Amino acid sequence: MRSIVVSAASILLLATTTACGTSDDNGSDDAATSSAPQDTSITVFAAASLKSSFTELGSAFEKANPGVTVTFNFAGSSDLVAQIQQGAPADVFASADTTNMDKATADDLVAGSPTDVATNTLEIATPPGNPAGVDSIDDLADPDVKVVLCAPEVPCGAAAAGVEKAAGISISPVSEEQSVTDVLGKVVSGEADAGLVYVTDVKAAGDKVRGVTFPESSRVVNTYPIAALTGSKHPDVAKAFADFVAGDQGQAVLAAAGFGAP
Amino acid sequence: MASARTSGLPRWVLVPAAAGALFIVLPLVALASRVQWGSFWSLVTSDSSREALLLSLRTSGTATVLCVVLGVPMALVLARTSFRGQALIRSLVLLPLVLPPVVGGIALLYTFGRQGLLGETIDVLGLQIAFSTTAVVIAQTFVSLPFLVVSLEGTLRTAGQRYEVVASTLGARPTTVLRRVTLPLVLPGLAAGAVLSFARALGEFGATITFAGSLEGVTRTLPLEIYLQRETDPDAAVALSLVLVVVAVLVIGLVRGRSNAL
Repeated sequence: MRSIVVSAASILLLATTTACGTSDDNGSDDAATSSAPQDTSITVFAAASLKSSFTELGSAFEKANPGVTVTFNFAGSSDLVAQIQQGAPADVFASADTTNMDKATADDLVAGSPTDVATNTLEIATPPGNPAGVDSIDDLADPDVKVVLCAPEVPCGAAAAGVEKAAGISISPVSEEQSVTDVLGKVVSGEADAGLVYVTDVKAAGDKVRGVTFPESSRVVNTYPIAALTGSKHPDVAKAFADFVAGDQGQAVLAAAGFGAP
Repeated sequence: MASARTSGLPRWVLVPAAAGALFIVLPLVALASRVQWGSFWSLVTSDSSREALLLSLRTSGTATVLCVVLGVPMALVLARTSFRGQALIRSLVLLPLVLPPVVGGIALLYTFGRQGLLGETIDVLGLQIAFSTTAVVIAQTFVSLPFLVVSLEGTLRTAGQRYEVVASTLGARPTTVLRRVTLPLVLPGLAAGAVLSFARALGEFGATITFAGSLEGVTRTLPLEIYLQRETDPDAAVALSLVLVVVAVLVIGLVRGRSNAL
């Protein structure tokens, strides 16, 4: 009997280790350790919505600066700022909102001052066939339409609440998701009739979703600041990357992904 | 169990053993040290916390009942019969145990979701599973069922078939043997398995957030609430985490208490 309990307990352990959440901070810590002396490696902590643009910009930056390697850690901005506060080895931080950048600034983690590099607004995403016939933001207030939003606690949810207010409607979502990716997932899989996501998400999703724009979206704008961090071992390279994103090439890539100018 | 038996064990084994124990205990101590005891009670009894805890208890309880209803026959078949492909079936049954829960969530979505394998059938029956409490129970049952099957199958094998054979030679029909001999004999193992299933269901996160969504009072269980609170109110997240730790300790105590009683 005892052996059963022991094995059951080990099963429990096994399950808890696989049950961990969705945080993703793989491989960013050893980026700086293995490089040869003349090589420089920087780690960029960037909001999840910047993933495709920043991956492209990272390669371009490496090409323009031989010997420099750029490694990324993409996650929710509040996760990233928490990791930086706990001493994660980050050289650059790009946040999806000013609130989380302000947290880093308040803890003296930011070198100099952050630069705004992009803006993002909300758009309605529906499954390709638009089964509920959503044409405007007002349609989201219809109780028969299954709407998924971000929870008010996360940046995209705060933006959604702002849009509701601007449009003078009240949405009763069937789910308040943790991140904009989760909202998009529920729309792509057809579980939800509509969701409020960023313009860039609709663009990146291609024909998996249909985007419905609405005029009130311009009333709530998320600003993306970027900053080099005081913890960086290569402050010059860190600053150069931040400037690169803020520069012409960076702005062109961000604009192509659907981001607005800062 | 508590008597110190060091005979035959090399002393050095104690060092890694102690390090391992510390590795498990230290994070829990760190968590407890972060709790704001002054506001602990108000944090864990806030409306959203209470809703989440009650929902968690309700859904985990229901999932445990489902695990018993489905898992006991499964364990009986696996332990008392032999057929071709049994090893394969056993491996498949154990799969949710080692599968990342988020993978389970995606699989459930494509089974019970609106566009899923059974989506139309469910629609015809007039049921709504997406974004409902039912979805939470399904996710929890999916991940915790193997716990009950594994621990009960082990108990059944350990208990052996002597008494069952005797009972049937004395003229008892199979159902009578099952009801009067087998089940009473393995009741402690069944209880331990049920408690473990309950604990796993209570901790379920990945499959729930992927499959059921997150809405207060409907689908936002305690782990989801903790994950969300972390965004804005880390103190509340820590306080609620401690509640789950306490529940886990109680569960282990229950299982151990049962086993020692044997």
